[in-house]
Amino acid sequence: MADLDPEIAKTQEERRKIEAELASLTSVNFDRDLYGGNDRDSYVTSIAPNDEEDSNLDATGSLVAQRLASYTAPKSILNDVARAHVEDDDGGFKPRQTIAEREGDYRNRRLNRVLSPDRVDPFAMGEKTPDPSVRTYNDHMRETAVQREREETMRLIAKKKKEAEEAAKEQKDSAPAASSKRRNRWDHAEEDGGGGKKAKASDSDWDVAESAPGIGKWDATPGRAGDATPSAGRRGRNRWDETPTPGRVTDSDATPGGGVTPGATPSGVTWDATPKGSATPTPKRQRSRWDETPATMGSATPMGGMTPTAAYTPGVTPFGGIDMATPTPSQLNLRGAMTPEQYNLARWEKDIEERNRPLSDEELDAMFPTEGYKVLDPPASYVPVRTPARKAMGTPTPMTTPGYVIPEEHRGQQFDVPQELPDGLPFMKPEDYQYFAALLNEENEEELSPDEQKERKIMKLLLKVKNGTPAQRKTALRQLTDKARELGAGPLFNKILPLLMQPTLEDQERHLLVKVIDRILYKLDELVRPFVHKILVVIEPLLIDEDYYARVEGREIISNLSKAAGLATMIAAMRPDIDNIDEYVRNTTARAFSVVASALGIPALLPFLKAVCQSKKSWQARHTGIKIVQQIAILIGCAVLPHLRSLVEIIEHGLSDENQKVRTITALSLAALAEAAAPYGIESFDSVLKPLWKGIRSHRGKVLAAFLKAIGFIIPLMDAIYASYYTKEVMVILIREFQSPDEEMKKIVLKVVKQCVSTEGVEPDYIRSDILPEFFKHFWVRRMALEKRNYKQLVETTVEIANKVGVADIVARVVEDLKDESEPYRRMVMETIDKVITNLGASDIDSRLEELLIDGILYAFQEQTTDDTNVMLNGFGAVVNGLGQRVKPYLPQICGTIKWRLNNKSAKVRQQAADLISRIAVVMKQCGEEQLMGHLGVVLYEYLGEEYPEVLGSILGALKAIVNVIGMTKMTPPIKDLLPRLTPILKNRHEKVQENCIDLVGRIADRGAEFVPAREWMRICFELLEMLKAHKKGIRRATVNTFGYIAKAIGPQDVLATLLNNLKVQERQNRVCTTVAIAIVAETCSPFTVLPALMNEYRVPELNVQNGVLKSLSFLFEYIGEMGKDYIYAVTPLLEDALMDRDLVHRQTAASAVKHMALGVAGLGCEDALVHLLNFIWPNIFETSPHVINAVMEAIEGMRVALGAAVILNYCLQGLFHPARKVREVYWKIYNSLYIGAQDTLVAAYPVLEDEQNNVYSRPELTMFV
Amino acid sequence: MQASDRFNINSQLEHLQAKYVGTGHADLSRFEWAVNIQRDSYASYIGHYPMLAYFAIAENESIGRERYNFMQKMLLPCGLPPEREDD
Repeated sequence: MADLDPEIAKTQEERRKIEAELASLTSVNFDRDLYGGNDRDSYVTSIAPNDEEDSNLDATGSLVAQRLASYTAPKSILNDVARAHVEDDDGGFKPRQTIAEREGDYRNRRLNRVLSPDRVDPFAMGEKTPDPSVRTYNDHMRETAVQREREETMRLIAKKKKEAEEAAKEQKDSAPAASSKRRNRWDHAEEDGGGGKKAKASDSDWDVAESAPGIGKWDATPGRAGDATPSAGRRGRNRWDETPTPGRVTDSDATPGGGVTPGATPSGVTWDATPKGSATPTPKRQRSRWDETPATMGSATPMGGMTPTAAYTPGVTPFGGIDMATPTPSQLNLRGAMTPEQYNLARWEKDIEERNRPLSDEELDAMFPTEGYKVLDPPASYVPVRTPARKAMGTPTPMTTPGYVIPEEHRGQQFDVPQELPDGLPFMKPEDYQYFAALLNEENEEELSPDEQKERKIMKLLLKVKNGTPAQRKTALRQLTDKARELGAGPLFNKILPLLMQPTLEDQERHLLVKVIDRILYKLDELVRPFVHKILVVIEPLLIDEDYYARVEGREIISNLSKAAGLATMIAAMRPDIDNIDEYVRNTTARAFSVVASALGIPALLPFLKAVCQSKKSWQARHTGIKIVQQIAILIGCAVLPHLRSLVEIIEHGLSDENQKVRTITALSLAALAEAAAPYGIESFDSVLKPLWKGIRSHRGKVLAAFLKAIGFIIPLMDAIYASYYTKEVMVILIREFQSPDEEMKKIVLKVVKQCVSTEGVEPDYIRSDILPEFFKHFWVRRMALEKRNYKQLVETTVEIANKVGVADIVARVVEDLKDESEPYRRMVMETIDKVITNLGASDIDSRLEELLIDGILYAFQEQTTDDTNVMLNGFGAVVNGLGQRVKPYLPQICGTIKWRLNNKSAKVRQQAADLISRIAVVMKQCGEEQLMGHLGVVLYEYLGEEYPEVLGSILGALKAIVNVIGMTKMTPPIKDLLPRLTPILKNRHEKVQENCIDLVGRIADRGAEFVPAREWMRICFELLEMLKAHKKGIRRATVNTFGYIAKAIGPQDVLATLLNNLKVQERQNRVCTTVAIAIVAETCSPFTVLPALMNEYRVPELNVQNGVLKSLSFLFEYIGEMGKDYIYAVTPLLEDALMDRDLVHRQTAASAVKHMALGVAGLGCEDALVHLLNFIWPNIFETSPHVINAVMEAIEGMRVALGAAVILNYCLQGLFHPARKVREVYWKIYNSLYIGAQDTLVAAYPVLEDEQNNVYSRPELTMFV
Repeated sequence: MQASDRFNINSQLEHLQAKYVGTGHADLSRFEWAVNIQRDSYASYIGHYPMLAYFAIAENESIGRERYNFMQKMLLPCGLPPEREDD
């Protein structure tokens, strides 16, 4: 599969090129029309310069609103479906996927970041003035400031140009003006008064920070952010989308963009959507594509001053960091990024090369006869021809070659031999060459400088960690850890960090490298200080990874890092990023800061946070500061309580900030704080209540949503009276916003409603009269069922309301909708009814409603086409069980449906029908419908020939449910007919069938064994032996129990014979289960029926059998407990023999039998036998095999319980001060466990010690006598 | 440490020592063991009220005095530690 990809990519590439040519030939002008009759210079170089959004959100919802060419499902759903389909296709065997491919555009922005040069560690310098050559905090701050200013200026210029353009356009005609208005900000849209259409268009600008799927949450797995491109790109994107032949200009250019394209393609979007994915890069990437192509860097001639910042933003290539200090063009070139396509190509080519490589000497020897010819030495002047093509593969170059450079000749390097690395280094992937190429040079290590040698060593170890076998990895990791200080922080991080920025990194590799960092952090401690920022750049992206474990890992590293580097260094490293222009950087920095806060304590960070949140310099700083508070709340939960007041005080002024985004994030942070603090801490929020309340009256749009969310989380903290009052206040606004067409607003409103109604003090009557009508009118519509998150939220909220107002109100409102024509909607209704009735029962439902309800569920159940989640089934079951006896009149109808569906062509339908029977069987019994059940039993019996195992399993389950409720005697078909039919089914290897079948058989064996002849049971016994092989523990357990029931029914002899025979089989699991079964048979039929035969079996001179017997004895004594006192003397000779056996396992198993025996008979007067056995156990204390010694120690513990600690202490005393240390160690071990078990008892048994000259060891108290 | 110890309580010998002061090891001296025995004994006497009462009768002291004495004796129950011979 991987081999095909490059081919496909190639053809696609070609097609695109052809299209591009065609377009450029045929229509030269349209570009001008669309782009305002200018050339590319006038484009906005950074996307959406003055758009007011925070790019936290995903654009999933917004895509639809943008271009409503036709009515279709939301893009997010289409994407989801397409993706799910793709996943199914490969049958669970997913091809390797790199992290970059998996992630969306937003997360891939991490690749834009630069590993900044090392910074100086001010602590290490002491009082000295820093050398001008090193980078200090000041330098860094200055650079960031310059960069920001530059970005601002560019933005302003672009804005001005655009304004001029638009003004010109508007003069020409009004049509384009309309379209530009469409893209206006939310605030403006409202003012326009354009009604629904305007408002709708403006949803796209929606960006509540938390709206991104789960990204905001620490623990929720963020959904795929395939389209989660920050909306910052929208303006640019629109323009691209409007190109008549889409995918033309952008795509041919976009391919070098590396990780971007693959992110967009797998989602299976339609053809015309492709450019959208690639054409929405971040401002930086945009620039990089046009102005900073690797070619530019290679030739080192920045084009027309467009890349003046190249010195610190060669940002396009993440590898800049390697040689940051001196980025010579050639180096950058050689180590330039490869696109994934190139890697695939390289991989493919390598494969071909491998097959066509020159024959080695050994191979030639094998082929040719050993004699008859002579091997000549090549002439001294001979130099093998190296094909340039191969050479190119050896050192990958970026897509665009920067002219011809004479490749560095290196005779040591061998290009045409298969890549076999010296001294057992692991396999190297093509993308690894740029990092590890040096290892391929077979230079003499001694000739290298010590630094180079060190570097080599690090590379070798890293390569082993990255690609090696587990054993190699382990040793390499240990070496890296042990020698971390010796190798030095600089060389280590300079090698590791670029690897982590590699665009083709895979999860496993990243995990390993992160582990390396974690380990060396401990060792390096304060030496990491200069590298803190670099490390953060590569680790921060982990904090927003969709994989939970990656996030945890990221948090751990950052927390270790902050402990190693200290708060001051952390702040110094991260401060410049707080007002970075890139939202991505700010977002990840905020998250990282929250981790620092949780690692070093919130109080330590408070002064800094306060300063940042009040920053006058830029709103970005304030925004990030407040966001840090939000993230702290999310991260540490209720642990914010001690600092709640100070945290609220720090951010409260943000509610009245001049910047809208700051207001929004403040409200969201308050919501997060309130959520974390619930149900305490209302007094801390006193100061923000007023601004929040004022805010919800004065704000609109996303700010309003954020404010509402804050209020929604604060209300549950309040006392009942206040909560009721405030709920009523806020409800007016909420009800107004019910009709908001915006998805995010909907979700928040639903959430707030849920919070409010669940609060104590909100009266049911009020909800009924004021909320319900509007709520159902606006939310219970088909559209809500289409999107999963809306669906879930709506169901949750409705269930919460039902908890307050009761079942009848809610069910009555939705019951009609069970017959709605939209299936997802029916499903949503069903799920709600299910949950409501499960929570609250069905006693409120009157007879009329009951009729409607049954009618509705029957309809919905029958009309369902696809139900993978069993919503309908669960709902049906819940309703029937809720109604109980009231279902009686409807049962014939229900059973009719079930019977009919049992006969359906579709397996799924049959399965559901059978499942439904098992759910409602109990209720049918309550209704006295035994005849009906008998009838169903017969029907099910007839379907036992079912071929689909899933369905067969369900049918067996249904039969079991019926047998359980109506009992063995009344069952139809009679048990004597049913059971023989089940015997062959026991052979079925499907897990579900096995489980249900063995349950049913076990049930019959337990309750109705007498209905079946003994011969049939014996036949079943043989089948059951096979069942012992099952993987599932439940099946094995049920089987073993069934043996017990059968033995009880037909007497133990035959069953026992079967089982004892089975001890001879090879398979261990089978034998173990058999021994358990023997023990169970012994327990159910009394041991004396079993023991003679069992002990007789011990005479078979076969290891497995003897061990099986011993194991059975062990289980047996465990099960029978104190009943064992009658049998202990009988088995003692056998155990004596076993404990003296040469075989370790004999002794081990016998020891565990003795343990169970001793524990069972403690205090029952069997001490003589036990002491005798202890004498056989004791010599085994010097065993070293773990299982044996454990069993022996446990046996001794058992003896302690049965014989008393004093006896064991006396055994111990002989060795506690033995001259041989090995002996002492063992005895002290026994003494310690004895001491822990019976400290107090030992007091009476300690030996009498003689006094020495100064020391009194005697215990005179014990000799006192009255 | 033996492979077998990985699975039982002895796996964390240090932890064990910290938790149960009275546990011992192969290098425990006679004096140290005796101290543990003495302290355990006194703790046991104090913990079992009938024992305490018995001793009180035998020594003709009040029970409280007995308890106090025992507690005092738990401090250096065997006198000062002997000189280390090996160093």
